[in-house]
Amino acid sequence: MKNKLNLIILFIFLIFCLVIFYKGLDNPNTYTPKINGEKNLPVFKAKDFTSNNYIESDNVFAKESYYILNIWASWCVPCRKEHPLLMELSKNQSIKLIGLNYRDNLNNAKKFINELGNPYDKILIDKDGTLAVEFGAYGVPETFLIDKNKKIIKKFVGPINKKIVKEIKLFIK
Amino acid sequence: MKTLKAFLIIFLLIGFSQLKSDEKKDELKNKILKNIRCLICQGQSVYDSESDFASSIKLIVDKKFNDGMSEDQVYRFLKEKYGDWVIYDPKLNKNTYILWLLPLLLFLVGGAIIRKNLIFKK
Repeated sequence: MKNKLNLIILFIFLIFCLVIFYKGLDNPNTYTPKINGEKNLPVFKAKDFTSNNYIESDNVFAKESYYILNIWASWCVPCRKEHPLLMELSKNQSIKLIGLNYRDNLNNAKKFINELGNPYDKILIDKDGTLAVEFGAYGVPETFLIDKNKKIIKKFVGPINKKIVKEIKLFIK
Repeated sequence: MKTLKAFLIIFLLIGFSQLKSDEKKDELKNKILKNIRCLICQGQSVYDSESDFASSIKLIVDKKFNDGMSEDQVYRFLKEKYGDWVIYDPKLNKNTYILWLLPLLLFLVGGAIIRKNLIFKK
């Protein structure tokens, strides 16, 4: 009777291990930070892409509008892919697009914008990548949706697609 | 001449203590960087990694440190941005209590089984 009980316990334990490992197989082996709830916008000072003057975060993000902060670079291939969608989003009057030029050569970045068009209301320069860290980004492209209360409400890692554009449009409706 | 010597000694002592405190700061910075996971080349610490992300984190840790943040405050800042996973040594909280308590539980259960078997054999 006792041996039988031990066997049942062992069997349950093995099934438990099997389920855990099997579930683990489905999980991606790379970690993607998620946004749990709203996050405050960081307070910062950054160089403006066009004027080359320093601007403060309060002058970039006003309270009355939704914002999209898009991290991009001229050397980033997926950024080219998502650019037409950003151009499409820029036509929407109820949202403002802010670009964060990440670890880029200024001349190449200007060529990129001249070639593909400028969807951004403002572009900030992040020469050393530290501003992207303040936003909680770890690569390019990454896109953040900021609400009227200056809270980051959504984060999209990788190039945006039509589904994400739809989702953004639903948010700002 | 004596005054000059005294000045020289004081100057050297100040310089030496400055050097010593810089060394301590660097040691602590390296300790923090070794405890932060690189999110690009996962499996490597920020200290070992050469990725863009790692170099940005190195700069930001340096900046936060110069702003007067303590080791814990730097970890808290990074956890707020990237979650608990970014730190190699996660602290006990509601997300990590299984991680911390399960080995202890297994140890206690294992110990109890061994003890029971030994008593049974006697």
